[in-house]
Amino acid sequence: MIQEKIKLATTSLTQDEALAVYRDMILGRVFEDRCAQMYYQGKMFGFVHLYSGQEAVSSGVISQLGPLDYVSSTYRDHVHALSKGVPARAVMAELFGKATGCSRGRGGSMHLFSAEHRLLGGYAFVAEGIPVATGSAFKSKYLKEVLNDPHRTEVTACFFGDGASNNGAFFESMNMAALWKLPILFVCENNLWSIGMAHSRASSVHDIYKKALAFDIPGVQVDGMDVVAVHKVAKEAIERARAGEGPTLIEALTYRFRGHSLADPDELRDKEEKERWRKQDPIPKFQHFLYEQGMATELELKSIDREIEVAIDDAVQFALDSPEPPVDEIYRFIHAEDE
Amino acid sequence: MASRLFFEALRDAIVEEMDRDPNVFVLGEDVGHYGGSYKVTKDLHRKYGELRMLDTPIAEASFSGLAVGAAMCGLRPILEGMNMGFLLLAFSQIANNGGMLRYTSGGQFTVPMVVRGPGGVGRQLGAEHSQRLEAYFYAVPGLKIVAPSTPKEAKGLLKAAIRDNNTVLFFEHVLLYNLREDIPEDDDFIIPLGKANVLREGEDITIVSYSRMVHHCLQAVDSLVAEGYEPEVIDLRTLKPLDLETIGKSLKKTHRLLIVEEDYKTGGLGGEIIALIDEHYFDELDAPAVRLASKDIPTPYNGRMEAVTIPQPEDIIREAKKLMEA
Repeated sequence: MIQEKIKLATTSLTQDEALAVYRDMILGRVFEDRCAQMYYQGKMFGFVHLYSGQEAVSSGVISQLGPLDYVSSTYRDHVHALSKGVPARAVMAELFGKATGCSRGRGGSMHLFSAEHRLLGGYAFVAEGIPVATGSAFKSKYLKEVLNDPHRTEVTACFFGDGASNNGAFFESMNMAALWKLPILFVCENNLWSIGMAHSRASSVHDIYKKALAFDIPGVQVDGMDVVAVHKVAKEAIERARAGEGPTLIEALTYRFRGHSLADPDELRDKEEKERWRKQDPIPKFQHFLYEQGMATELELKSIDREIEVAIDDAVQFALDSPEPPVDEIYRFIHAEDE
Repeated sequence: MASRLFFEALRDAIVEEMDRDPNVFVLGEDVGHYGGSYKVTKDLHRKYGELRMLDTPIAEASFSGLAVGAAMCGLRPILEGMNMGFLLLAFSQIANNGGMLRYTSGGQFTVPMVVRGPGGVGRQLGAEHSQRLEAYFYAVPGLKIVAPSTPKEAKGLLKAAIRDNNTVLFFEHVLLYNLREDIPEDDDFIIPLGKANVLREGEDITIVSYSRMVHHCLQAVDSLVAEGYEPEVIDLRTLKPLDLETIGKSLKKTHRLLIVEEDYKTGGLGGEIIALIDEHYFDELDAPAVRLASKDIPTPYNGRMEAVTIPQPEDIIREAKKLMEA
């Protein structure tokens, strides 16, 4: 089986796709920056884990999924939700705990859900979502082979971090997915840190993609700060999954520009390390690529940036204006019977 | 009517529901080729194929999570715990996802999953294979919990559990699998969840129990009746949601309550029922309610020690008499 590090990517991105990816990355970045502001202004509460720095992974993978494909996420789930098409209004409103939020104010930052967008949820225990995503992939196989559904095979993209790659659920799920050739991408966003535990101190094998060897499935390591490279790797994995050839483990080397959560003072990580990764910022890198390929001018990208700023202003205003869920509905949704 | 053993009644329920709904499938350890540890799914893989009778690796947490994901996406998994005790390894997936996910998703995703299998104190199976999990799971919001006492009950309740849109824990007792009973031959024979069953009417005391302990209660009642007492016996069937109304109605007649459970006394269902009776029916009681439960110890291997760990008919007779004479 292929176990490889992808160095340089020749892209198959069309101009339209590239601009959509760019827009999605900016959406993620601006949304998260605004979350930090709102958190410090006391508009949102609890644990808020921001994704800034990792946008190339979410956008590079999810931009290639269709509406019938599934995504599962972790507690760092805002941007995965946005990439899957959940409106910024609904995500922001959820963070404000409002009735109009994508989980109707019951979930919060770490539990974003959208049945309509096939977002299976943010799961707040490390590795918790991996078996669930394996279940949606099982359902897609069942749909084809038991229920004889004629449509193209649905694919699940399952996102988790380096910390999860040391958890039993990761191994157990990859085993089942490989065994039954389930249509799933295991996307490990290796940002090198599990709160304060350095990846190198937590995993006996530093290259997570090599863990795929144990299950005889393809494992690929990719520069997670390069959306073009992520896009290419994900494209191949999605094609394999749709063709019934089973799962792929993708290790995207990436970095979070902020602390573990907004409650984390981020004092442990080395300043030089942070600066080194800052220079790898996936957004300027992709801008440069777009200019180089003649796919966009600076003016065009700036106009996208402005549109996103306006959309996020609108999302914040929507969240502010939205009502709280009525407290007398506190028992609503416990059981399937209550609607 | 057809005469069926307990495990056959469960199989009938599964077959009928799988024939009725192609989204229903079974997964777990050795449910396929081997036919299940207590032969509940024997030979069903031949009829339904590998995907609908899915033999899983021994990875309880993850195949439970897989069942959750499949259920969220429209399938209706019946997950067999080879021994229900093993599902302690899947506590997070059952509690966080099976129980709570509908709520945290604001009602968008439901998890229509049945988690069933053998448990309870068997014959010298040792501590880890003699577990009762009902109290461990009782507090989890969103879960339903069922514990049938006879083959007919097992069939009717399992069919209801499979059709239910919530996660239902379905506790089967290892010592009941070879019990025989006549069962109606009707595909739509259903016993609704949440309704207790008054097994015997009487005026002197209300004895509440479930699963195998119902049989210990009935043995005790034979002796009590021979001595001239008239106990009322209630089989809870569904532990959660609890049918408090049926217990309360009985207390209005008997004014005395004895609860018999095989789970640990501490933190158990008996304590919960007594607290609820205090809240809702305190004035009906002529004597403090009493609970008979297992001793708070890991179930010992030794046969005699094991026997005294759980409530026996003579314990029930003794406590019932004390209560009726109080």
